[in-house]
Amino acid sequence: MSTEERFSDEVIKTYERLKKEAEEGGYRLNPDKTFTLRLIQGLLENENRYGYWCCPCRLAFGEKDKDVDVICPCYYRDSDVEEFGACYCALYVSDEWIAGRKKHGSIPERRPAKFMRDGFSETPAPPQSLAPSPQPLSLPVWRCKVCGYLCARPEPPGKCPVCKAGKDRFERFM
Amino acid sequence: MKFTHVPGRNAKHRVTLYALSTCGWCRKTKELLDSNQVQYEYIDVDQCQAEERTEVSSKVRELNPRGSFPTIRIDGEVVAGYDEDRIRELLEL
Repeated sequence: MSTEERFSDEVIKTYERLKKEAEEGGYRLNPDKTFTLRLIQGLLENENRYGYWCCPCRLAFGEKDKDVDVICPCYYRDSDVEEFGACYCALYVSDEWIAGRKKHGSIPERRPAKFMRDGFSETPAPPQSLAPSPQPLSLPVWRCKVCGYLCARPEPPGKCPVCKAGKDRFERFM
Repeated sequence: MKFTHVPGRNAKHRVTLYALSTCGWCRKTKELLDSNQVQYEYIDVDQCQAEERTEVSSKVRELNPRGSFPTIRIDGEVVAGYDEDRIRELLEL
């Protein structure tokens, strides 16, 4: 690995912001700084190519509504960090992974095959049907599909206060 | 399909790597091959345009039905993902 590798100011600034936000939300960025800076460079490259932060380790479809589940942070991050100690691209990891108690390397793809490029057949993560609530709610409840944050208000927040996912990644929960 | 050929002193095996230019594990795979002077060819599928991208990604799915990256073919064997132990084993490193 080259120690001379240079990263742009934008990459470094984004790294610092993500690290701060991750730690405030109880997440951890991969402590291998070069590895992490490269991933962030890839995210910014995908922003330029596609207009959104498609996961650097997945081949983008190139249409936002078909890639919405793998926009970083992806819908699979929390489950992967829980099970394998790292998300699919290993931008986000757990303390256990950092301590070396989980194997470092590629993990299985959790994204359902039907959402993959060319195999795409329907909108990702359709909301589950819920039992009708016993009493009418005074406000709708919105769920962040990235981290599970819930809030009751007329509209979803512009940004998830926990994981910073955008408004378009909320679903009506109740 | 336009593969990049990487010369190396270790040419015992035929190695083909399907990668994404932005992926950390793909990068690790290239570094593992490079540091062991393995001769290989690779293609960054995200850098391919329209038709070529479709053609290469169907080739990847033929080798690795999940179509994930990196996909590494070593002689007749396919390794899905950066599995350092398995890659070393197949390359006798």
